[in-house]
Parts: sequence; C-alpha cells; structure tokens
Amino acid sequence: MQEQTKSVEAEKAKGFDFKKFVGKMGPLLALIVLVILVTVLSPGFIQPNNLLNLLRQVSINAVIAFGMTFVILTGGIDLSVGSILALTGAVTATLLSAGISPVIALLAGIALGSLLGFVNGLLIAYGKAAPFIATLATMTIFRGATYVFTNGNPITGAKMNDSFLFQFMGRGYLLGIPFPIFIMAIVYLVLYLLLHKTTFGRKTYALGGNENAAFIAGVKTKMVTIWIYTISGLMAAIAGIILTSRLSSAQPDAGTSYEMDAIAAVVLGGTSLAGGKGRIFGTLIGALIIGTLNNGMNLLGISSFYQQIVKGIVIIIAVLLDRKSNDK
Amino acid sequence: MKIEMKNISKAFGANKVLEGVDFAVESGEVHALMGENGAGKSTLMNILTGLYGDDGGEILVDGQPTSYSGPLDAEQHGISFIHQEMNNFLEMSVVDNMFLNKEIKNKFGMINEDKMRKQAREYLSKLGTNIDVDKPIGTLSVGRQQLIEIAKSIMTDAKIIIMDEPTAALTENEIEQLFGVVNELKKQGVGFIYISHRMEEIFKIADKVTVMRDGISVNEYMTKDVDMKQLVRDMVGREIGDFYPDRDPHFGKTILSVKNLTEKGVFEDVSFDVHEGEILAFSGLMGAGRTEIMRAIFGIDHYNSGEIYLDGKKVKIKDPESAIKHRIGFLTENRKDEGLILADSLRDNIALPSINGFVKHGLIDDKSVDDFANLLMKRLTVKAMNEQVTAGSLSGGNQQKVVLAKWVGSGSRILILDEPTRGVDVGAKREIYDLMNELTDRNVAIIMISSDLPEVLGMSDKIAVVYEGKISGIVDTKGATQESVMTLATGGADNARAN
Ligand SMILES: Nc1ncnc2c1ncn2[C@@H]1O[C@H](COP(=O)(O)OP(=O)(O)OP(=O)(O)O)[C@@H](O)[C@H]1O
Ligand SMILES: [Mg+2]
Repeated sequence: MQEQTKSVEAEKAKGFDFKKFVGKMGPLLALIVLVILVTVLSPGFIQPNNLLNLLRQVSINAVIAFGMTFVILTGGIDLSVGSILALTGAVTATLLSAGISPVIALLAGIALGSLLGFVNGLLIAYGKAAPFIATLATMTIFRGATYVFTNGNPITGAKMNDSFLFQFMGRGYLLGIPFPIFIMAIVYLVLYLLLHKTTFGRKTYALGGNENAAFIAGVKTKMVTIWIYTISGLMAAIAGIILTSRLSSAQPDAGTSYEMDAIAAVVLGGTSLAGGKGRIFGTLIGALIIGTLNNGMNLLGISSFYQQIVKGIVIIIAVLLDRKSNDK
Repeated sequence: MKIEMKNISKAFGANKVLEGVDFAVESGEVHALMGENGAGKSTLMNILTGLYGDDGGEILVDGQPTSYSGPLDAEQHGISFIHQEMNNFLEMSVVDNMFLNKEIKNKFGMINEDKMRKQAREYLSKLGTNIDVDKPIGTLSVGRQQLIEIAKSIMTDAKIIIMDEPTAALTENEIEQLFGVVNELKKQGVGFIYISHRMEEIFKIADKVTVMRDGISVNEYMTKDVDMKQLVRDMVGREIGDFYPDRDPHFGKTILSVKNLTEKGVFEDVSFDVHEGEILAFSGLMGAGRTEIMRAIFGIDHYNSGEIYLDGKKVKIKDPESAIKHRIGFLTENRKDEGLILADSLRDNIALPSINGFVKHGLIDDKSVDDFANLLMKRLTVKAMNEQVTAGSLSGGNQQKVVLAKWVGSGSRILILDEPTRGVDVGAKREIYDLMNELTDRNVAIIMISSDLPEVLGMSDKIAVVYEGKISGIVDTKGATQESVMTLATGGADNARAN
C-alpha cells in the first residue's frame, strides 16, 4: 500500500497544470502576442527609440498602478490618485517657482502625497468608509483643492525650469535611457520586495483574502490598511513629479481619469478586484499592454475615439479569460 | 428514488482524487460514507449534485443516466446537499438565508416575509431549537449555523438528503434531535447519504456503510454486519489502538488566571485558572457562551469587567496581536471564516501568526518558512500535494489540520483550541491527541472547547462546565461521567431530566 501511494505521488509531481500555467502567464503571453501583432502591422514599433518612448509613456501609469496593486489586493480601490497627482504636482511646482530648494520641493510633494493617502487610509480603516466612497469623495476634494490652490491656472515659472534636478526627473537621460524609466524600475523593485519578501506583503495578502482570519492571526488590519493607502498616495505624488517635470508645468486638471488606467493595468495583470490574489509583476505587464496598445494604435494612425473602444474591449477580454482560467 | 454512481473518476489538475468509485443509495435508507480526510467523499457528492464534472463513470437515477447542471438543478430534482463548509451570507438574516432562491411570494410577486418566518421557525423547532430567525446568520455559532443548514434541507421536500459532517459542531442534545428527525423522514421514504467521522453515529443511524480509501470504494457493509475495528482498518489500512492516549500530566505553576470576566448578556462572572501542562476542557450546550469567553480573552471581543492575569501579572489584551505577543494561540471553531485564508498557500497560512520571526535583514527568509510549514504539515499529517497549494483546495479535515498546524507552530504557551478535531478522521484524531500530550509535556497549557463529550472526558484534566454564560462547575476529569457533566451543562438535575 505504501508503494502504491508513492507512485501516485510521483505521478502527481510530474503532472503539468496547464490551466494554472495560463492563469499565471496569461498576461505575459497576451503582451507578447500584442507586441508581435503591432510589429507586423507597423514595423517601426520595434525600433529602440520607439520602445524607449513607450516605456517613458508607461512609467507614470505604471508607478501609480504599482501602488494601486496593494490597494486592490486588500479588496479596496483608490479613485483619488489622479487628484493627488495634480495637487502634489501643483504644490511642488509652486514651491520651485518660489525659489525653494528643489530637494525640499520634491520631498514636500512626496510628503503631501503620502499625507493625502494617509487620510484615505484613516477614513477607510477607522471611519469604516467603503474604499470606493471614501476615495470618490477625496478625489473631488483633492481636485477642488488643486483648483483653489492654482486658481485654475497652470503653474509655470522660469525658476522651475532652472532646477536641473527637477528637469531631470521627467526629461533627463541616463546612459541614453529616459530617467522616468529608471524611476519606474526602482519603484517596481522596492514595491516588489515589499509585497513578496516582507511581512508587510504577507499581511497585505492575508488582509485581502480574509480580514477576519488575518486579524485573529495577529495582523493589525487597520494599520496595514492605512499604510497601503499611504503608499498609493506616495506613488501618485511620484507620478505627479514626473509629469510636472515632463510638461514643465503643473496643470490643475492633470491626471484626470488616471485612476482608470491604473486600475485597468492592475486588472489586466490578473489581480482580483475581490482582493487576496495577484502579483505586482502582472501589474507591470498590464501597464505595458496598455502602453503598447496606445503606442501601436498611434503608429497605425487609429483615431483616439476608436482607441478608447479598443482599450475597453481588451479589458473585457482579459476579464473573461481570467474567469475561464479560474474556473474548475 | 434510487441513485447509483458507477465507476466515477475525478482529477483536479494532476491530483487524481477518485479512480473508479461505486456508490448507491435509495429511498428509505441511511447510507454512510466513510473514509480518511481527503479520501474524496465531498468530491463524490459534489459530482453527484453537479458542482463538479466527472472525468469518467456514470450516474443513474432510477435507472436513467442523469447529470445535474448544478446544486440548484439537483435540489429541484429532489437531492439536497448539506455541505461540510457552510456557504451562508453572513450579513443576511437567518430566514433570508434559508429561503434564498426559494422565497415565498404572494400573488403580486412580493416576498411574503411573515410566512417565511413562520416556516423557518417551524422547521427549526423540529430540530429542537428556537433561534431568532431575524438575526444576521454570521452572529451565530457554527453549531447553530449547522442546524440551520439541516433545517434548510428538510424544508425542500427532498427525496435524498446528503449530509456532509452535519454533526461536527453539534452537542449530544442536538445530535439526538437530528437523529429523531432523520428517522422520522426515513419512515416517510427519504433516503440519506451520511458522511461523518464520528464512529458511534454511524452505528446509531446508518443502515449501510461504504468505506473509501485512496480514491476507490473498498467495501460496502450492512451496518449490523460490521464492527468499528473493521471500518477503521478499511479506512486507514491499519489498526488503531486505544482511541485516547493515556495522559500523565505534571502541572506547573498557574499560567493563566481569569477573574470575574463579564460581558453583559453574554457571559457573567467567569473565573478559572489554568496551569502549565494542564488541559482544561470547556464543556456546555451550544450557545452557552464558551466561544465568546475565549474570544474576549484573546482580544477579539469586548468585555465589560473582570481581569486577566498571566504568570500572576495583570495584563490587558487589546487585540489578537497582543495576545500572540503574550504567547497565547487561538484555534477558532470556524475554519472557513476565521481560521484560513483560502486563497493563500498552506505555507502562508501556517506561517502567518509567526511571520515576524522569519525576518532576516528586513526580508522574509522563504527557505525557513518552507521548512517550517513542511515540518508542521508532516507532524499533523496534512494530505496535500505540497505546501504551495491553496488552503481552499484541501478537504475539510485537512483544512482543520492546517489551522491547527498554524497555532501549534506559533510557539504559544497557552493554546485555546475551539473544537480542535472538528471534521478530522479517526487516525488523525489520535495524532492530534498525541500532539496535545506532547505539548503539555513541554509545559504548554491547553484550553479545549469541545462538544464531543467522550473527547472531553478522554483528553482533559479538568472540566469547566458553562451554563447560560456562567461557569456552573469546574470538576476533575477523573471521577467525572457523561451524566455528571451533562447535569452541570443543563443547569442542574431537574433541568437535565426535562431535556
Ligand atoms: N477544488 C479543488 N481543487 C483541487 N483539489 C481539490 C479540490 N477539492 C478537493 N480537492 C482534493 O481532492 C481530495 C479529496 O477531497 P475531498 O474534499 O473530497 O475529501 P473528503 O473525503 O471529503 O475529506 P474530509 O473528510 O477531510 O472532508 C483532496 O486531496 C483535496 O485536496
Ligand atoms: Mg469532506
């Protein structure tokens, strides 16, 4: 009998679970197919310059989406990221224009973004507000605050463009590669480690999978929630700095509907909106899929009206495929 | 009605679970299905009711090849399934849960709540309970939820009722009531498939027994022609000696002392001491407040007054995290809602309470976590492909072992175990008892809540009996009998007789 069990086990170990493989690698396969398709239709796509351009375009959405991954893993959502981006961008730009040292201005922007995220976290953890409602409210509040703060005008200033450091954030090159790509890579690495290699990451998954069980196993669920929204705000602020630097100005309506692209990237990457399941690698792929779609359709001269429709359809297909691979 | 399942096979990915199982049941009989944790009992029933497809074999209903599209379809054809893991909507009321998808409507298509309430109460009272049907179901204990599940299925006019571990969280009284109802329905021609790890029940209620092992059905017996020894041998492939191992306790100093703990309307004036190396059992009827007392001690729920002392020092435990820091562990009774993160791997589940101990230079040392999880899974004989599979893919009993592994691994000095062997097979039960002995030999104190009286008598040193939120007595297990405990549990001699 012992013998028999052993052979069964060996068989089990050898077995290859196709569905599981597709479920894990699906987004990556989709990206590869998409890249091949676009390259065939428009060979210019694969040029190094275009690819670098694509990555730079992707960086802003990717950075926001990395933070959003944590939020969605807990079963939450952060609609306020676009507004946080605008407000932190405006404040940073104003400080720079006023001649404040760029290091301090950048840190102030980042601190503000974290603080706004922290407020979201407080509302959700202690105010027991549903994440959708809480961040819907703060989305309009932060946006309104941006308009009040800027009087509705873009902030540009000679002094702002004097700062090499600030300029470098969105427009600099390092070793021939646009600097935002480095920012994206560093943020990815840090958040990857945080999610997959630290206790904080484990607790994030636990909280998203079953809040009750996580709490009883000693997870400070409220604390973790607050930190996660703080991270999301922080990421929005980093994105805000890249964008402001890139445009050399802070627009009061900057980042409008960026939350949608970020959420789309997370979902395309296979993270479940119900929480508890997903990986940050998937989000990177999701952001690249969206970037490739945008870039490819531009190269093909498809009108931006159609582009929106195509993007929506791709999201629906992704969700349907995800359903399939999760089915028994 | 007669159901025959022939040569059924099923694999989940590479995991072959069923490899040619035969099983049949017909009206008016109770057919028990037995087998170790992970033998494939629940899977077989899920195939019958159409939740899973099969990979081979056929199902005949009254001789006709049949396949149901899903549990609802099966129910409409007279097959009702009481699941091992309850699938209730915790925020919804008892009555709404009971009538989900079969709401009673008036002639305008509006829901007739009064009628539903009345019916719900009627069926619950048949099972001898008067649960408030307007309460959200999530506020009720697992045992109560189980009773509701049972009421739900007898309400459907089913021809065949499948009961997967219906009594795992029920106390003797409720089990008696349940058996009464089963026997009555049997006379009316209802057939039952009865899955349970509680041997005594099988002999009390079943007409036939089928034993499964390693994906096949090894034997079918008439219950009257077989004995417990034979069933165990068929199930685990070997003999198991005594059911309960001998206990040779050596008590150390008082480790936990609870004084006058009170939460109004829930429990009152609860005081007890636990010593190092001691197993203190908590016994009582369902709803007596045993779980609630432990939740308060562990910092999950609030209490109005009273004190908790650890090693003679007064402590304030404000949440589970601080309880764990004080080296207390709490295995909760409801593994699905409170014990496990079903979408997470076994290893992440097992390591969760101890995860802070695995950090090296700020990062988790994955290798040690794997080893840790593997070691505990071996110790508790968890049947799974490896430590990376999700907790949700395990059989009920194996999930229970994972929750136990997680708390055993947390290095607690005080372990609170609420129904530790719920849904666990005979062989594994014995392993768990041995483990409890090993832990108390290492000076761990165990508080065990159990509805299984033989288990309480077999494995504890002292028994605290709870009646309506108060401790009605703490007795030495030596010298205690089922009757003496029941008397305390029902609030005195007179009450005991009336019950
Ligand atoms: N959804 C699933 N995905 C993958 N594996 C599964 C799934 N459901 C069950 N299994 C596997 O099938 C086997 C049989 O499980 P099943 O739940 O039928 O056991 P069981 O006999 O009911 O055990 P128990 O007494 O513990 O309830 C187990 O090895 C389990 O891991
Ligand atoms: Mg089962």
